[in-house]
Amino acid sequence: MRLSRDEVWTGIIGAVAVAAAATLPLFDQGYYLAIALNMVLYAALCTAWTLFSGPTHYVSLATAAFFGLGTYAVGLGLDYMPFPALVLIGGAVAAILAGLVGAATLRISGVYFVIFTFGLAELVRQIVSYLQVKLSASMGLYVFTDFTEKHIYWMLLALTVVVFVTGWLINRSRLGFAMQIIGNDETVARHSGIDTARLKIVLFMISGGFIGMAGAILAPRYSYVEPPAAFNPMISFLVVIMALLGGTRRLWGPLVGVIPFTIVMDIVSVRFPNDTSIVIGIAFLVIVYLLPDGITGRLEQLWAHSRKARPEPEPVPVEERA
Amino acid sequence: METIVTGILLGGTYALVALGLTLQYGVSRIMNLANGETLVAACFVAFWLFTSYTVNPLWGILVIAPVAFLVNWAIYMLLLRPLVERARNQGMLEVDSILATFGLLFLFQGLMLRGFGGAYTSYTFLADRFEIFGTFYGLNRVVAFAAACVIAAGLYLFLYHTRYGTAVRAVAVNPASANLVGIDVAKAAALAFALGGALTACGGTLISTFYTFNASMGVIFTMKALIIVIMGGVGDVRGAVIAALILGIAETAVAGLIDPGLTLAATYALFTLVLLFRPQGIFGRQQA
Amino acid sequence: MTAAALRVQGARKAFGGLVAVNDMSFEVREGELFGLIGPNGSGKTTMLNLISGALKPDAGEIALSGTLISGMPAHKIARAGVARTFQLVRMLPSMDAERNVMAGAVFGHRRLWGEQAREAAHQLLALVGLRGREHVPVAAMTYIDQKRVELARALASDPRVLLLDEWLAGLNPSELNIGIELIARLSEQGRTIIMVEHVMDAIRSLCGRCVVMNSGRKIKEGEVEEVLSDPEVVEAYLGDDDDA
Repeated sequence: MRLSRDEVWTGIIGAVAVAAAATLPLFDQGYYLAIALNMVLYAALCTAWTLFSGPTHYVSLATAAFFGLGTYAVGLGLDYMPFPALVLIGGAVAAILAGLVGAATLRISGVYFVIFTFGLAELVRQIVSYLQVKLSASMGLYVFTDFTEKHIYWMLLALTVVVFVTGWLINRSRLGFAMQIIGNDETVARHSGIDTARLKIVLFMISGGFIGMAGAILAPRYSYVEPPAAFNPMISFLVVIMALLGGTRRLWGPLVGVIPFTIVMDIVSVRFPNDTSIVIGIAFLVIVYLLPDGITGRLEQLWAHSRKARPEPEPVPVEERA
Repeated sequence: METIVTGILLGGTYALVALGLTLQYGVSRIMNLANGETLVAACFVAFWLFTSYTVNPLWGILVIAPVAFLVNWAIYMLLLRPLVERARNQGMLEVDSILATFGLLFLFQGLMLRGFGGAYTSYTFLADRFEIFGTFYGLNRVVAFAAACVIAAGLYLFLYHTRYGTAVRAVAVNPASANLVGIDVAKAAALAFALGGALTACGGTLISTFYTFNASMGVIFTMKALIIVIMGGVGDVRGAVIAALILGIAETAVAGLIDPGLTLAATYALFTLVLLFRPQGIFGRQQA
Repeated sequence: MTAAALRVQGARKAFGGLVAVNDMSFEVREGELFGLIGPNGSGKTTMLNLISGALKPDAGEIALSGTLISGMPAHKIARAGVARTFQLVRMLPSMDAERNVMAGAVFGHRRLWGEQAREAAHQLLALVGLRGREHVPVAAMTYIDQKRVELARALASDPRVLLLDEWLAGLNPSELNIGIELIARLSEQGRTIIMVEHVMDAIRSLCGRCVVMNSGRKIKEGEVEEVLSDPEVVEAYLGDDDDA
């Protein structure tokens, strides 16, 4: 596989960053680790979300549903199966749900998709709660493992790397090219021979699967798992904000949103706990009116302006096969 | 039978809310996720008027509806028109308006939480019993349903028997053509959005007479309204009403016969069926 | 006798009360440059949409070299070998000319990838007169150049039938000559082409046979000169000032 110079540099920088991040637990196992864990969690979630919602421009609010399913897979199965298997199963179950949701909604317009996913987490939560109470008379599940925060941190870091590599591979593949075309003009895509519905569903399943795995990995963090926490709709909203804030044109765009926003949310939840809704509302408005392409989009715009004198055309966003 | 009547009473009030959203999405092409907040705000204002000034909510509508009209008009002109002008195509506008109104949803909900707290509130109004076909229902529900019918009738008269109303309908069917026949599409869109907000506020006022509400419940109502609008066929008023009644009956049936905790599941099941078999809704047009 | 390149039988499409295409039947032979003409609103673009799969016919059959394609989704029809241009040119605005054309090469039935796809795109861009401009972003191109890119994209899938939806519309006289020449060359290479056109000069100089639509129906099919001098056809066009 031939890599361009940009890709090699990105790979090196990425590897260094990951290695550096991995050493954090050696220095602190308290507050900073907790914050970093949140960051890595949302890094994984937002990047997985962007795999699908970036190229298609379909805003998915289903994140909490996939996440919760992953958590529940671990909660239900930990007495019977080893943890790694459950992570994969959590991912698979989430992917299946994504497939079903996709098949029902992606053949129609994007608006229906957003609305459907809007209530999906709540729907899954209702069903899971109902089944839980019916089948076991208690609302929650106990999750006992030997994992501590640092193990979960490392697992999430590994997951984030996997998501990035997957995204990179997709971008270079026909699937990535097809998604770019679909994002530009779906009619042209179809008339070029692209089965747009199927591809969107496939991509949604990949994205959902990773989100499910994140949920599974996070399950041991709290020893007791309950539907409202596992299927917390806030997860869906925060992922959308951070990804859009960072910018979804690039695979690493969401990271630019994740890092500052997790810090902001942490401060807000401590200092102004009753005002989280207001902060989130303002964040959405800022994104729509001031940063429609996210911070990275705005920065790239400014950079493009400053290069206007150059006669060469702008480089295309997708990695070139050199 | 009891289920059906209760369902219809419930559906009737859903219908008002859905009508509001139908106008906003069908004419102004704005998917207003903050619609539920207008409803909740109306509930609180009605509550305040009733408990502080003993104002009958039905008269309260005369105050609440115009205020909601003006507020929604302002929201449209200040926040949403720039998006309409900026969007390169319908898809972009829909995404932008969803995100923007989503932001408004959180903002308003947060402000209301601050102002009113998170507690559940209700007030007693016409809590006497009313008999229909041998079973007793709350008089407040019946009156709310009747008032909703009156308001809906008023809307029908406006849309089908006045010039402004016909212009609004024309824009819902095809904005480009409406433009060509001389209709000021921008004005019609703003009018529809404001009117939609007023309708939702009416629905909220009526709902507050029999429903226990709190500051965070806007989202659930928005969700149901969205589903009703889509089920009924975007932009179609009759469809929205029928879909609302169907939803009301289905929810009541599920709550009574299966489990009250599965009402949302019932709603979603209906929604999924519509999406799979008739995505344009009951009265919608096939997408070209 | 081999099956016709494209055969339409009894095609019908209605939108609510409006019947846009009514019992249309015609045949296009292999290698032909076939004209689909008629006054404004006669249903020509709808007919093209039925062939390309953008719309599903309410009734009737459409067969590509003997294989039934009516009712199939657009992407399957594209892979079967039908490519088209659009009345209002449709570009992929975030990409350059090369990648726009590659879209046809990668996902059509040729299923090229990588260097091969790029080569094919370059060849076609040269064919339509855009050699050397492969990396220009299409958003920065003139309308006529965008049309050329769209044509190259349609050709990139090596289609069995090429549908041109008023491809010559909006061109000035010198551009028109170049455009007509280009289409003539494609036809000489053996391409089967169906042209929807209003520019009568082009129809006369390029097409052998054609079919005339009016209000969704076929009113005449045959050799161009014969058809254009038919009184019913002339009547249908009276009052229409698109004639060249």
